[in-house]
Amino acid sequence: MSASLSEVLTEHHKACDEAWALAEERAGEGRWDEAGVQLKAFTAAMARHLSTEETVLFPAFEAATGIRGGPTLVMRFEHDQLRQLFGELAAALAAKDGAGFAGAGETMLVLMQQHNTKEEHMLYPACERALGSDAALLERVAAGLK
Amino acid sequence: MTALALDESPPLHAPLRFFATAPVWGAGAGLLMTLRAELVTASRWSPETFALVHVLALGFMLQVMAGALLQLLPVAVGSAVPRVRLLALVSHAGLNAGTLLLVAAFLGAGPTWFAAAGAVLLATLAAYLGAVGLSLARARAIGPTLPALRIAAVALGATVALGFTLALGLGQIWSVPIVELVHLHAAWGLLGFALCLVAGVAYVVVPMFQLTPAYPVPVARALPLALLAGLGLWSAGVPLGFRPVAAVGAAVLATATVAFAAQTLLLQASSKRRGRDTTAWCWRLGLCCLLLAVASASWLYLGCPPALRAPLEYLTGVFSLAGAFPALISGMLYKIVPFLVWLHLSRRGPGAPLMHQVIGEPGPRAEVVTHAAAVVLLAAGVASPLLAASGGALFAASKVVLGLNLAVAMSVYRDARAGMREVRPDPPGSP
Repeated sequence: MSASLSEVLTEHHKACDEAWALAEERAGEGRWDEAGVQLKAFTAAMARHLSTEETVLFPAFEAATGIRGGPTLVMRFEHDQLRQLFGELAAALAAKDGAGFAGAGETMLVLMQQHNTKEEHMLYPACERALGSDAALLERVAAGLK
Repeated sequence: MTALALDESPPLHAPLRFFATAPVWGAGAGLLMTLRAELVTASRWSPETFALVHVLALGFMLQVMAGALLQLLPVAVGSAVPRVRLLALVSHAGLNAGTLLLVAAFLGAGPTWFAAAGAVLLATLAAYLGAVGLSLARARAIGPTLPALRIAAVALGATVALGFTLALGLGQIWSVPIVELVHLHAAWGLLGFALCLVAGVAYVVVPMFQLTPAYPVPVARALPLALLAGLGLWSAGVPLGFRPVAAVGAAVLATATVAFAAQTLLLQASSKRRGRDTTAWCWRLGLCCLLLAVASASWLYLGCPPALRAPLEYLTGVFSLAGAFPALISGMLYKIVPFLVWLHLSRRGPGAPLMHQVIGEPGPRAEVVTHAAAVVLLAAGVASPLLAASGGALFAASKVVLGLNLAVAMSVYRDARAGMREVRPDPPGSP
């Protein structure tokens, strides 16, 4: 049996978590070059995730429910906050600023995790209820995450 | 979809008024212990012990938990608390007034004060539970947190009802079986409400802060149900004298508590984050104290020598009320408060201080070290009231440090807010 929409997106959250943990670990050890590689992998994966939600999932949900100013707007706002923090992480990495990287990382992590919790426990199930088992949509989401 | 309130977070002052008040009660508890160590270590049934227990349970623990729930519900279960500003204002005032009245009653102000305290706390917590209960009833989140929080709310209702009945008894308004009711009141409050709430919150925040695997769903779903079933069996067995039923209930409660602590420690051991911050140490301290509390309570229940009854009762109280829950609470506050400060400031525009700039590591580390030393000295208080008194002084010091750390966070917020121009409107759903 193939994975559901919620499972596909949740698994990708976990993959992003693991990428972040590696970046944080390398930066904590002062191995900045390796931290840079891991951070790039993490932010690239996150960029695909955020963009897929914004261009594929959220429009489908909005079209199916007619709700445009509700939960998807809040999620988009939090995506922008995350992108700003990715910028702060990149700046701290470029400056080899350990304290700055750790601080931006901690803030980004808590924001990202509470954002993921809301999606995994509430928004994704709501999307599945609203959209049913739309195989074409699932395919587009899975392709966007790759 | 109207129930999906993903960003109806309350204004910052709603949870912060609770968080900022709690350290004052925590320091007061330490001071009371220092001044009355001989009476508190001698018996759990002395009025001074009851006063101290309620300073910790109502003034410190419930204070933080009540504030945190207002903040947590939109994030954890996607359902905002109705009329949250008014509720925070009224329930904060009522909780603190009621606790003051109750502590004064225990310290000798007279029977009428028990009735007054009971009435104020009943009205306050009924209003609080009404609003939080409505939010929990409307919530549609999947996952194990929502059922755990619902059980915690039911248990808080039972605790309040039992406490009010006790207040009527102590106020000489109604003749009630005090001893049996005290056992039930304490068990429903600590295991039904506090532990269920901690478990429900842990299901969200342990993987969130430590990047651990999620709690296994069957375990996470079973734990709150086991606590509820254990309390039900124990409550039916104790007053009616059905010892085997009560024994099964007690065994279920002990097993569920140990399972929660062990599962959480196991998950934290497999954290993807190598860096061990203060919050991780707070969790370890709290969970180890929880296991020690279960050990001392189990020995007590299984029939210790009579001479050990009072020391074991004292130790159970130290490990649960002064050790486990305060440590877990501090660990949570050191994540929640800096994040909320950043969150509210970041909505006003760029340049918001990051979490480590709101509360740095040294302050929280000083608190957790002082707190751990206090717990050791308080536990050693079974041998000498002087050690218990010293432990009380250290506990007070640790809560003063907690208060200072939170004051620094509020000062950073005020300064940053004053220096920021409003460059974009608040996001949708924001109050």
